[in-house]
Amino acid sequence: MLNVRNLTVNLGRQTILENLTLTAQVGQITAVVGPSGAGKSTLLAALTGDLSFDGSVTLNGHDIARTSTTRLAEIRAVLPQATPMSFPFTVLEVVRMGRIHKTMNNRMASEALTRVGLHGFEGRFYQELSGGEQQRVQLARVLVQVWEPVAQGSSRWLFLDEPVSSLDIGHQLQVMRIIQDFAVRGGGVVMVMHDLNLTAMCADSVILLSNKMVMHQGSPRDTFRDDLLSSAYGCKIAVNRAPEDGMFLLPQVACAAS
Amino acid sequence: MPTAEQISPATVCDGDRSATTRRIVWLLGALLAASMIVALATGSAGTSLWQALSDVLQGRELSLRDRVVLLDIRAPRVLMGCLVGAALAVSGAVLQGLFRNPLADPGIVGVSAGASLGAVGAIVLGGALVVWTVPVSAFLGAWITTILLYRVATRRGRTSVATMLLAGIALTAFAMALTGILVYVADDTQLRDFTFWTMGSLAGSTWSKIYVAGPIIAIPLLLTPFLAKGLNGLTLGEAAAGHIGIRVQRLKACAVLIVAAATGAAVAVSGGIGFVGIVVPHLLRLASGPDHRYLLINSALLGAALLVMADLICRVIIAPAELPIGIVTAVIGAPFFLWILLRQRGIVDL
Repeated sequence: MLNVRNLTVNLGRQTILENLTLTAQVGQITAVVGPSGAGKSTLLAALTGDLSFDGSVTLNGHDIARTSTTRLAEIRAVLPQATPMSFPFTVLEVVRMGRIHKTMNNRMASEALTRVGLHGFEGRFYQELSGGEQQRVQLARVLVQVWEPVAQGSSRWLFLDEPVSSLDIGHQLQVMRIIQDFAVRGGGVVMVMHDLNLTAMCADSVILLSNKMVMHQGSPRDTFRDDLLSSAYGCKIAVNRAPEDGMFLLPQVACAAS
Repeated sequence: MPTAEQISPATVCDGDRSATTRRIVWLLGALLAASMIVALATGSAGTSLWQALSDVLQGRELSLRDRVVLLDIRAPRVLMGCLVGAALAVSGAVLQGLFRNPLADPGIVGVSAGASLGAVGAIVLGGALVVWTVPVSAFLGAWITTILLYRVATRRGRTSVATMLLAGIALTAFAMALTGILVYVADDTQLRDFTFWTMGSLAGSTWSKIYVAGPIIAIPLLLTPFLAKGLNGLTLGEAAAGHIGIRVQRLKACAVLIVAAATGAAVAVSGGIGFVGIVVPHLLRLASGPDHRYLLINSALLGAALLVMADLICRVIIAPAELPIGIVTAVIGAPFFLWILLRQRGIVDL
């Protein structure tokens, strides 16, 4: 379980996140949503140990500020929003960078590529791929790093920064299925999302950030309410029900901040 | 976007280049051995290595002249060529991995200028009395310059190519200016001592210089394989490298120390030999990919072989006179650098 208590992040003199308290459970997808500048990526960076912060963040009971880089790499993997690379690595070479132990099977790289729909891309150069393909190569690398969602009785975690931002709708669904599968098999997932509809469809728990703070955390049904979303995003949003208990959101044309 | 052919001519159908790369290690090892033998056998003195070898094998005593030419002149020079070539090429490869771009070279980004300043400072300020002070102060000069460069060019884990190259120009200019001041206050003997720094030459190689510079170059080079996995991970970016378990701060500190020691000692014994650090790793990336587990060892082998051959050219082309080797490497390396710059223009924002 991911437990965050009184998290405050300052960059220079600016406070980016103020006194956040939230949790994420294993076996679930926890999505972080909110308007641009609300601090979503900063939150993810703090949770993955990239930024220093005040407060406490524990992952599976480990205080992440006191856990070694090597140990953290064994229990969680992180997918950045975009990963430009300056040297001509092949796709296979990039995915193999996720092998943090020599004991890891070399076949995993090809299997992971198949799962993200890039079978046959092994020999292609990473730099030649489109943004969406690069994103999926990186997802394959991340999957190799935490291959088993549960290892030695303890769950592993995926932290994803907008994993579907540069993908078309078909690949968005494919990636969401991979992430859901990871959670169903006992892993924990925390992901920053921009697309509220996709979040409503796939997330088990939603953290709505606004103005440096957690405005609400709960199931999509609890969090995606007209009043909460409209106030967080500063425009009128209507939440609608689709058949079979689904949900979709429509931004109202007459946008007004107040 | 560049096409596959532009990035690398190597065949990479299954994406795994490790087998090809391992073969290249052996090939380069053979190339280095061959170039060392040719360099030992060739020279303006007309001493024959083969004649000397057969003499030794038949139990005959070597003539004094042959002994001096082979063992005291050519052998230390060839060995020094290997050490300096390997040091410069590996320094280039490590710096490029550290800055995550292929344009970093100890000569271009000011590390060599910092080393020269340290070496000249040691000579002029009287420290040259002890044999160790010149390479050690060259190392300190290179170390301080590399740290300054990294601080200036890297912000929040991202390196700007333009800032790195411009900072390199500024650091070089500053180090050269301070060197100029030292030259101004130097006496005649000291002036003669460091004239060769401006040229770059292996002509002054002696066994005693090898005993001093050898360990300062060889120890860091032997440590570089431990950086390979980290440098590979670093190409994903500093944060992502940390996420796969690499201790980034420690890696960077080690890389900077290794570059400073190897470049510092190389510059202290041979002066400003430029462009080896950029040409060698770039050629190897074209041939066998950017995996540092192979790139670093291959850079050491090819750098050593190329410098031994370049030095051979310098010795024989206008024999009995000699061309400074820095001129040869610059004539080949400078256009090569421009070529890389042109290819990079489309990929990275300069």
